[in-house]
Amino acid sequence: MATSWQEIVDLGSRQPGAAVAVQEEAPEARRGVFRRLKESLSKSRQALTEEISASLFDRIDDETWELLEEALILADVGAPTTAAVVEKLEHEVESGAVPMDGVAVRDRLIEILAEVANTGRAPIDLSAEPAVLMMVGVNGTGKTTTIGKIAWHLSREMGLSVVMAAADTYRAAAAEQLETWAERAGAELVRGEADSDPGAVAYDAINAARARGADVVIVDTAGRLHTQSNLMEELAKVRRVIQKQIPDAPHETLISIDATTGQNGLRQAKVFSEAVEVDGVVLTKLDGTARGGIALAIASDLGIPVKLIGVGETLEDLRPFDPADYAKALLAE
Amino acid sequence: MFDQLSERLQSTLSDVRSRGKLSESDVDSAMREIRLALLEADVNFKVVKAFTKTLKERCLGSDVLESLDPGQQVVKIVNEELASLMGGTGSELAMASSGPTVILMAGLQGSGKTTACAKLAQFFKKEGKDVALAACDVYRPAAVEQLVTMGGRAGAHVYERGTDADPVEIATWALEQARSERRDVLIVDTAGRLHIDQDLMAELGNIRKKTRPHDVLLVVDAMTGQDAVGVAESFAEVAEFDGVVMTKLDGDARGGAALSVKAVTGKPILFASTGEKIEDFDKFHPDRMAQRILGMGDVLSLIEKAEQQVDEDEAEALQEKMRRDQFTLDDFLKQMKQVRKMGPLSGIIGMLPGMGAMKQLKNADVDEKELDRVQAIILSMTPQERANPGLINGSRRKRIAAGSGTKVQSVKQLVKQFDQMRVLMKSMANGQMPTPQQMANLAGGGQRTPRPKARRR
Repeated sequence: MATSWQEIVDLGSRQPGAAVAVQEEAPEARRGVFRRLKESLSKSRQALTEEISASLFDRIDDETWELLEEALILADVGAPTTAAVVEKLEHEVESGAVPMDGVAVRDRLIEILAEVANTGRAPIDLSAEPAVLMMVGVNGTGKTTTIGKIAWHLSREMGLSVVMAAADTYRAAAAEQLETWAERAGAELVRGEADSDPGAVAYDAINAARARGADVVIVDTAGRLHTQSNLMEELAKVRRVIQKQIPDAPHETLISIDATTGQNGLRQAKVFSEAVEVDGVVLTKLDGTARGGIALAIASDLGIPVKLIGVGETLEDLRPFDPADYAKALLAE
Repeated sequence: MFDQLSERLQSTLSDVRSRGKLSESDVDSAMREIRLALLEADVNFKVVKAFTKTLKERCLGSDVLESLDPGQQVVKIVNEELASLMGGTGSELAMASSGPTVILMAGLQGSGKTTACAKLAQFFKKEGKDVALAACDVYRPAAVEQLVTMGGRAGAHVYERGTDADPVEIATWALEQARSERRDVLIVDTAGRLHIDQDLMAELGNIRKKTRPHDVLLVVDAMTGQDAVGVAESFAEVAEFDGVVMTKLDGDARGGAALSVKAVTGKPILFASTGEKIEDFDKFHPDRMAQRILGMGDVLSLIEKAEQQVDEDEAEALQEKMRRDQFTLDDFLKQMKQVRKMGPLSGIIGMLPGMGAMKQLKNADVDEKELDRVQAIILSMTPQERANPGLINGSRRKRIAAGSGTKVQSVKQLVKQFDQMRVLMKSMANGQMPTPQQMANLAGGGQRTPRPKARRR
């Protein structure tokens, strides 16, 4: 992967001294696991997209465009974005801007897809002290797990001190789940009673972070369907509570989108964005056969970039998003 | 977001009537609309392809071509074909003739298995059965705790052995326990797993072999996209599931995944999970789902909900009052409470056909707090004022506003809207449908007032 954690996180004036040291100490064994996972991943992808990958651009005619359309639709890119991408490529080929050559057309397609994914890309802003990161999303998209992994990377790899706020006070055992992650990451956990006010938990966590001079506060929130306006209002309130303590916080709000999500993902991103100003998407569960094309639709329609992707169960499997790599994977290199 | 398919079809085919005949190109453009609508609803691409082919053949049949309103005909055919593809009427779970009925739940991570387990337990509880749950998700942190808590809420016993035991062993042990304790139903919760994870899929196969469940249910998120087909095929192979539980149907996803899963595996959707609360769980109605995918509303479910909540005689009396224009703020309050018992209003609006097309209504997402305020205002009125809102003058308004903790302006607005509504109700009670503009006037303007419940015919 071309993009590293250090590149995608803006630490401001902080000197992540401990980070480099930890990085260098990364055991060989871990790298081995990493490589194996990557291989198994690309294998499953390849098998599924074989039909379009190798021979698609051998001969270029109407059928080519139809098959390409089909491939993108099957990746959940959605009809409007698919049409835009295919039309653009078709036009460029017909006008001669792109030579009628399989490799050239394919490369251009990957470029176009990467351009779509690249909208408004910015690092994860953790320059403030303390920086507040809030995680939102519908139920079951992997918020708590993602937060656990982010905390681990920030704490173990970059040497930042992290406070986690278990502001999901609704789902049974959500705080216990986060507690396990906090232990793994060496982060401090602030939690409230079950069914207590999530805003109060966020408030306490920020106070705790300030008192201890912590670098980052990560706020977990309860999963909610974007159609439940009362729950969306509750989320906006959590944000307001945070804002009252630190006027420009949360500095980074991420929405987790399950890669298996279909066209409804666009609605999710839009409605959450209206409630809490989402800065980026974490595309989770990309280790299955789903290709998460909805992320392209979100980037193209709403201009919200993907910042992180989850490609497996282990800690290293949460990674910075790389548009070009993703575009290639979408078509199975 | 997307226009309703039925309306899009109507407009695509509207000029056909003047020409009197449906041509092949008319049908082609209708099929294009259907194809797009189904793709937007996340129906699998391949299923869509096969489906539109069948449809086209039927639509080119003579009875459609010569009918008075081909648009309407095509919508009807689409609806019929969709419903039959989804399995016609509802299917049932297989129950054990003796001993506990064992139900194994499987699915991807985050599809909502644990919640579905508890909801299913509650479902059986309501039928008077003794239900137990087996906690076999030893991987996700705190999954066991979640099941214990939620199972407790459902009034089910939970068999758990922490996270150190092997899931296959836990399942076997739980079944023994359920047998000796003479439970009626044992629901086995398993860890979420990727369908391409061979080890975990083998484990699921083993749990299946050891517990020999009467039913294996696949839990599928209604928001799943094109990948639903691949997932369902893999789970069908290993777990040989008998039916599907669709979760998160309370969102605004069209749920095309349901159609794809049914079309590819032939397994029926048995249950639908429709809300945050443990009782938001119901048997699945394929025909209604077809209408949802098409954006045609779900009037049947709405009527059913209303029937559960609304007292028949009271409804009659209210309707009489509406007709005679004697509807008071007290009646309004009563009705509002009844409607709110049916669940969040946003959900109810979604079930009404035609609402998708009314932009004003769609954007006026109903704020439940606003309704609390309306209730408070009415409760701060005297019985005389409620019976005759005309009495309410400046000083009364002030008192009501102070009593309900609202502004004089809000009181004024409520009374004004109530007057408008009364006119509307009178015309509705006399058999006229309100115009979209009238409806929108009521819903818009910042102040959201609930509409009267859908009239039964």
